[in-house]
Amino acid sequence: MKVGIFATCINSLYYTRTVEATRTVLDRLGVLIVDTEQVCCGQMHINSGYPELAEPLVDRVERNFVNCDFIVAPSASCIGSLREHENRPELVAKCLDLSEFLVDILKVTDVGATFNHRVTLHTTCHSLRVAKLGDKPQQLLREVRGLDLIELPEADACCGFGGTFSVKNSDVSGAMLHDKLANILSTSAEYVVSADNSCLMHIGGGLQKKGTLIEVIHLAEILASRG
Amino acid sequence: MGKGYSGIPIPFPVLAKEALKDSQLRANLKRATSTIRDKRARVVAEVKDWEALRQAGHDIKMAALADLSTHLARFEREFTEAGGTVHWARNSQEACEIITKIALDNKISEVVKVKSLTTDEISLNEHLAKYAISAKETDLAELIIQLADEHPSHILVPAIHKNRDQIRDLFVKEIPEAASTLTNSPTELAMTARTHLRKKFLSAHMAVSGANFAIAESGTLCVVESEGNGRMCLTLPEILVSVVGIEKILPTWNDLEVFLQLLPRSATGERMNPYTSFWTGEGGDGPTQRHVILLDNGRVQTLADEVGREALACIRCSACMNVCPVYEHTGGHSYNSVYPGPIGAIITPQLLGPGQAKTLPFASTLCGACYDVCPVKINIPKILVHLRAIENRDNAGKLEKLAMRAAAKALGPQGLKILSTVTATLAPFIASAPLQLLVRHIPIARQWSAFRNIPTPRFVKKRTR
Repeated sequence: MKVGIFATCINSLYYTRTVEATRTVLDRLGVLIVDTEQVCCGQMHINSGYPELAEPLVDRVERNFVNCDFIVAPSASCIGSLREHENRPELVAKCLDLSEFLVDILKVTDVGATFNHRVTLHTTCHSLRVAKLGDKPQQLLREVRGLDLIELPEADACCGFGGTFSVKNSDVSGAMLHDKLANILSTSAEYVVSADNSCLMHIGGGLQKKGTLIEVIHLAEILASRG
Repeated sequence: MGKGYSGIPIPFPVLAKEALKDSQLRANLKRATSTIRDKRARVVAEVKDWEALRQAGHDIKMAALADLSTHLARFEREFTEAGGTVHWARNSQEACEIITKIALDNKISEVVKVKSLTTDEISLNEHLAKYAISAKETDLAELIIQLADEHPSHILVPAIHKNRDQIRDLFVKEIPEAASTLTNSPTELAMTARTHLRKKFLSAHMAVSGANFAIAESGTLCVVESEGNGRMCLTLPEILVSVVGIEKILPTWNDLEVFLQLLPRSATGERMNPYTSFWTGEGGDGPTQRHVILLDNGRVQTLADEVGREALACIRCSACMNVCPVYEHTGGHSYNSVYPGPIGAIITPQLLGPGQAKTLPFASTLCGACYDVCPVKINIPKILVHLRAIENRDNAGKLEKLAMRAAAKALGPQGLKILSTVTATLAPFIASAPLQLLVRHIPIARQWSAFRNIPTPRFVKKRTR
């Protein structure tokens, strides 16, 4: 079984630690990783109403991973977007979010991680309703040694990011973020975790603006952690 | 579009920004939508085959739309044979003129109305007023809205933006029968409206309604309601005129069974609504003149769009707006449309045509909550994205188009390699204090930094070996 890691553009540009963490977890579980060229999945262009600009990018993704049995990404959102290309059934069948690959394919929930912190999970809209991860992130987090998983009130409410929505409708986005932050602050968590760095970028930026010490972290980084 | 909605397309972000300042509105909305949301979730969970029902609802509607002309012709034949009169209207103007003529021919100066979105869509009340015909809303919430001289902010709960205290004050001021000692108790408020409306029901000679369903095989119209005001309007006056969008057609009574399970649970969170009325042509008790106006008003052009046509399957339950986080924060008035919320964001731009409501398809984070609850499985996020592309073709700014093309290049194979080296090199400075200050003065970046800092990047530490 050959696996290609689809880093996603946001992670390539801003969160390489998440990509490295994904590699660490897969390595630890003995997965054969194939190195591939990275491009964007085109989601931003599709969702902003420029689908024609996304097509060459999706072509490239499909070509880059042609020799892989699975395309695994630390992003439910990008995986969800790639899986919506119904006209590319082979690509669709290969795309998995990291937590799906671990739980469904490797049948592993304990990845040997230790993380001695209080953590709350933002489930993210695309994890729940597009990629349909269900409670796979929770299953993985529950097996992490030292981790105290605190329930986030209204966890499944949208954080207000929405890609270009955050600038096109910045006031509404800000109001939604305000509510999300209030819920996060009502927990005693030290970290907010999720399966997507895009939401975390927005939430993290909001937490920093508020001057709180709560940090955001990607699920892959917790799973890679040895304490 | 309807009921004093501004004809000028005010952008959604502008109206939303205003609405966000109203903390009372947000509190009212949050309380009301979460109550309905929970009720819906409870009664939907009781139905074991809910997913199969949704699929059936979707399939029946899409099949009916695929052969709409046949079903409409059948409906016309059956309704006419049963003694009713069928009219066809291409747009609001034609529909309003037909109703006005019926009223004037019969020397009517006051009509009572069943809650109807379609009559809001064609701005019927305003049109009738020009001919000195007053239209009296008889649904409790529609009455509240009419007394307040506002327009609905929700398709099912039009006064959702108001709380009981606000309604109490309005009644004391506007309803002659209201006692000054009136409290904000729901029973007292409802009884006051009831006393007031009962006189109207008994004196009116003409009623105007919409319809939830039009059954082709027998030429039957159906109205689903909660308060019984609809039943009064549909049975007491001598003349009944129903304005029905052509997409309301169901081929057979068997099809209706599916929707009478889907609609009440999705709408009010009830297993079954209290009143379901049917009528076919004329005869028997009730009105002696029964008219139906079959309305296009943008529906045919919507039907022509392969992706967008799915929006015509909507049964107006409002479940999508009750779960929408954007709606919950901005309220319905921000959409400046008879149809607010997620469904409004895909229906209004299609009924009006490109450029007329161009900010609505962008008024969503694409969180997908609407698609999950839609009883007829309309893929709202997919249609939103489709409509964004249509609006961009004609209306996107040059700068935005340029930026998107540049981004597509930058995030391609070569671009991403170079760009990631750049960001990795600049990593220590990206979220630094001077840069945080600087972006507050750059357009677009300013929109971001109003609510968030530039987040700290997380790069892999350089390997030491």
